Amino acid sequence: MEEEAHGAGAQSASDYINHHLTNLQVCRIDGEWVWNHCEAGLFSLNVLNVDSMVIAFLLGAGFLYLFRRVAKNATSGRPGKLQTAIELLVGFVDGSVKDAFQGHNKVIAPLSLTIFVWVFLMNLMDLIPVDWLPEAAAAAGVEYLKVVPTTDPNITFAMSLSVFVLVIYYSIKIKGFGGFTKELTMHPFTPPTRGIGIVTAPFFIAFNFILEGVSLLSKPLSLSLRLFGNMYAGELIFILIALLGLYQLPLHFGWAVFHILVITLQAFIFMVLTIVYLSQAHDTGH
Amino acid sequence: MNFNLTFIGQTIAMIVFVWFCMKYIWPFIMGAIEARQNEIADGLAAAERGRSDLAKAKGESEQLIAEARERARLIVDQANTRASEIVEQARAEGEQEKVRQLEGARSEIEVEINRARDDLRAEVVAIAVAGAEKLLAREIDASDHGEMLDRLAAEL
Repeated sequence: MEEEAHGAGAQSASDYINHHLTNLQVCRIDGEWVWNHCEAGLFSLNVLNVDSMVIAFLLGAGFLYLFRRVAKNATSGRPGKLQTAIELLVGFVDGSVKDAFQGHNKVIAPLSLTIFVWVFLMNLMDLIPVDWLPEAAAAAGVEYLKVVPTTDPNITFAMSLSVFVLVIYYSIKIKGFGGFTKELTMHPFTPPTRGIGIVTAPFFIAFNFILEGVSLLSKPLSLSLRLFGNMYAGELIFILIALLGLYQLPLHFGWAVFHILVITLQAFIFMVLTIVYLSQAHDTGH
Repeated sequence: MNFNLTFIGQTIAMIVFVWFCMKYIWPFIMGAIEARQNEIADGLAAAERGRSDLAKAKGESEQLIAEARERARLIVDQANTRASEIVEQARAEGEQEKVRQLEGARSEIEVEINRARDDLRAEVVAIAVAGAEKLLAREIDASDHGEMLDRLAAEL
């Protein structure tokens, strides 16, 4: 690992910002573990963002551990305070699912709960003052640490594409392959089926397919980019505020209060859109 | 922006987490919530039943109390009637007794009067005789009446 001077005075502002926005990466090059000097292109499967992965995993595991402990001791009688809080959350998610999705599916509700709480917790890392964890890591000899996993597109795209795969899976499962294909090609412009106009049908189909394909593919893209963009921008503003010296304190407080709203909202939007996309996948009455 | 192994790692983590949540968390918490909802619904129904039972019991008790009150009134009435009857009867008996006693006393007094009268009469006779004797004794002077007395004595 390479050591760098961390003193604020020795750093320019752009160094500081870049440092905060760089993932702790590890990769395997020529049979050796290399830290932070990986030649990373757009796709490089030999590189791992250790910080995003570890923090995301720890948050998810912590969430599951807590909920599992409550679930195991869940009583239908008088619940404890923790159980009440978690039931409130579960009831909220269940209500959101039932509002948007009328069918019967055992996966959607737990998926929504996991997404909501996990994304919320990952976003919540944004509220920890930006220097605390990276400085602590530096003191422990870790050069880079990007604390908020949802500012890493790997994380958001992984989640939205998992949802997308489920959307495709349920679309085909519920509507059949033919039904799904038909949905992609026969709407919104119904091709003519008789008369001389039938020769134009392929154009209709192609046009529909382009339209519907774009709208289908935009779902996971917008889902992940929205979360990523919001969190990245929010984190960047926190970093910029941190550059202001003493004046950062009131600004930081104000932005943090505002950000509480943002992180909750983003987690909620991610969950609701997941439910909506999956409910569209189940919608046969097209 | 680069896509790397983190993407795959996160996908695997998500699948595992969602599966875990679906298998070990959601059913338990939802089960507890639904069980409690059922319990609350049952409790409310029981409370409703209890309330209607209470209202019914209240009506019944009111009816019972009214009946009891009516019966008590009858009993009191009967008792009053009986009491006045008894008083009436006692008064009549007392009257009779009074008359009887009076009668007895009167006849007794009659007897007493008669006896007293008889006694008095005897007494008067005795007194009269004694008076007469005294009168006679003074009237009869031995010198004046000696002859007669002698004659009498001779006759005796």
